[in-house]
Amino acid sequence: MTSRIPTKDITAAPEFRLLVIAVFVFGLMSVLSPDRFLSAQNLTSMAFQFPEFAILALAMTLTMMTGGIDLSVVGIANLSAVTAALILTQVSDPSMPAAQSALWLALAVTAAMSVGAIAGLLNGALVAFFGLPPILATLGSGLVFTGFAIAMTGGSAVMGFPDTVALIGNAQVFGVPVPLILFVALAVILHLILTRTAFGLRVTMYGANPVAALYAAIDINRMLLKVYVISGMFASVAGLIIMSRANSAKADYGSSYLLLAVLIAVLGGVNPYGGYGRVIGVILAVLSMQFLSSGLNMLQVSNFARELIWGILLILVMVMNTHAVAALRASFAKSPK
Amino acid sequence: MSDWLPKDFWTRNETLVAGVIVVFCVIATISDPRFFTITTVSDLLRAAIVIGILAVGAMLVLVSGGIDVSFTAIAVFAMYSSTVLFLTIWPGAPWPLIFAISVVFGAILGAINGFFIAFLGLPTLIVTLGTLSVFRGFLLTFIGSQRISDLPPAMRDFSRGVLARGTTEAGNFYSIPWSVLALVFVIVLTWFILKKTILGRSIYAIGGSVESARRIGINVRWTQLFVYVYVGALAGLAGIIHGSVGRMADPFSLVGLELSVIAAVVLGGARLIGGYGTLTGTLLGVALIVIVQNSLIVIGIPTTWQSVTIGMLILLGTGVPAYRAKRAAARAG
Repeated sequence: MTSRIPTKDITAAPEFRLLVIAVFVFGLMSVLSPDRFLSAQNLTSMAFQFPEFAILALAMTLTMMTGGIDLSVVGIANLSAVTAALILTQVSDPSMPAAQSALWLALAVTAAMSVGAIAGLLNGALVAFFGLPPILATLGSGLVFTGFAIAMTGGSAVMGFPDTVALIGNAQVFGVPVPLILFVALAVILHLILTRTAFGLRVTMYGANPVAALYAAIDINRMLLKVYVISGMFASVAGLIIMSRANSAKADYGSSYLLLAVLIAVLGGVNPYGGYGRVIGVILAVLSMQFLSSGLNMLQVSNFARELIWGILLILVMVMNTHAVAALRASFAKSPK
Repeated sequence: MSDWLPKDFWTRNETLVAGVIVVFCVIATISDPRFFTITTVSDLLRAAIVIGILAVGAMLVLVSGGIDVSFTAIAVFAMYSSTVLFLTIWPGAPWPLIFAISVVFGAILGAINGFFIAFLGLPTLIVTLGTLSVFRGFLLTFIGSQRISDLPPAMRDFSRGVLARGTTEAGNFYSIPWSVLALVFVIVLTWFILKKTILGRSIYAIGGSVESARRIGINVRWTQLFVYVYVGALAGLAGIIHGSVGRMADPFSLVGLELSVIAAVVLGGARLIGGYGTLTGTLLGVALIVIVQNSLIVIGIPTTWQSVTIGMLILLGTGVPAYRAKRAAARAG
């Protein structure tokens, strides 16, 4: 899409504003707390922290592109993690050789991903075949998924994994944290899906104008099923990372991530009514949020104040993107036409 | 209405929900005869008051075509900050004044939601998700994050007031508190607004179609603003009742309940696309959710399955009408 925007207008793109915000926040935090914020240790720990919710935000982005939303991502993440955790604790034994436990890990990961895909398929079927509004379908199914996770664990955390589990969340490859690699891979995949495939084009068309998409003979049901299945599988990956980093799985981990995922997607310029969204915007939004959150942490701002700042940021960005404000900005700018 | 039953009686959500409640109660009474006693009823009623008031507000928002997830944060904010205010300046204040201030706080916070939604046209879910964390963050950062059990004496007096109390023959204690009257008052007031005023008809109209409502001369912005202010005020009332009855101002309570409340309303037949929703349905939905939350164990389902049950109920309760509407649309198109 960038090719269509003339270079002199690059500053008009919403992603450019995000870049400015990200750089500004990074600069601000570096000035306020230079010795700690810019330390290698902090940069590495940030790279370990953000992928889990950033991946949920990618899932949210895809569903929002169709004008929907997926409120069940955290439920799916926890159900997948609990499934994997139960397999790992029931079947494998901490003293088994590494090769064998890696095999069990692969099996657990496959099971978790299948849970994510099935959960996504259920969401997609509810939205596509039963015509449920996505908010309600995923609200209800999110409760069901969380409920299954509670029922499977009795509400307590599942612990005691073999050491190989730490590979997903805590290891580094050539100094790059594995969660970051997973995030980048999924972001690239989502970007390619959205911009380089017919499926991505259908998603965008349907989000922009569902009726036109129907008349263009798009198989909408099939498209929606795929969207929610992909979203569910992304959520599973996030769940596995959370499991590995916490070294346990529980039905109510990461409950604050739901708001955060919606916030990041909207901040990243994804239109909640559907039809517009770019992965690069979401990545910039994730980085701004993480810089802000780590920086505030170093300035010893409480978690509650962070929640307050996130909320204000979300509303501020929405206000900045409204037509009224856009028109105001345009009237101040020199008219190019 | 000439007929005894409305024409669509058998296909309405209300009938479905009422049927599920009856079946549940019959099964529960068979498996444990102690279920069907005045003690259970008064326990359930007490559990339903706060959720009921919140649900009436949430229903109004759904009817107007929006969705509000911030009302629990408003309730806690209004309750906690009015308690702190009166403890600081006038601990001996009478409870009606404390309640009124809490309602006013709620209305002000509701007006903030209303401003962004009605005058800037932002999506309601995103705005209220944002204000949920703003209200909660502000409360916990600047007003306080400690539980207060030393409430103004008038609030404790309120919680002691009962309409009826007694002991059953089996020796079980029951009581019906004053706060039931607040729920009744809210229901009557909302019924009056929705059925007897132009304002109420306008809320249904903008929920049905904003554009049509605008063209017949309804002031969409002020109607939307009213809806969010009213919901905020109801949340302020529900919050202070929650605090008084629980004899504790807990800044961490209530938040997290918003989805269950919306679920109750949706089960009662209100639709997310707006324009549909009745008080009867809402109250039945609340009754169902409260019964499921409190008595699942009586019919032999372990409490660990509670979320699954509620989630399934939401999917069934909203899926059946949605599927029917989709088929009807397909036949018409």
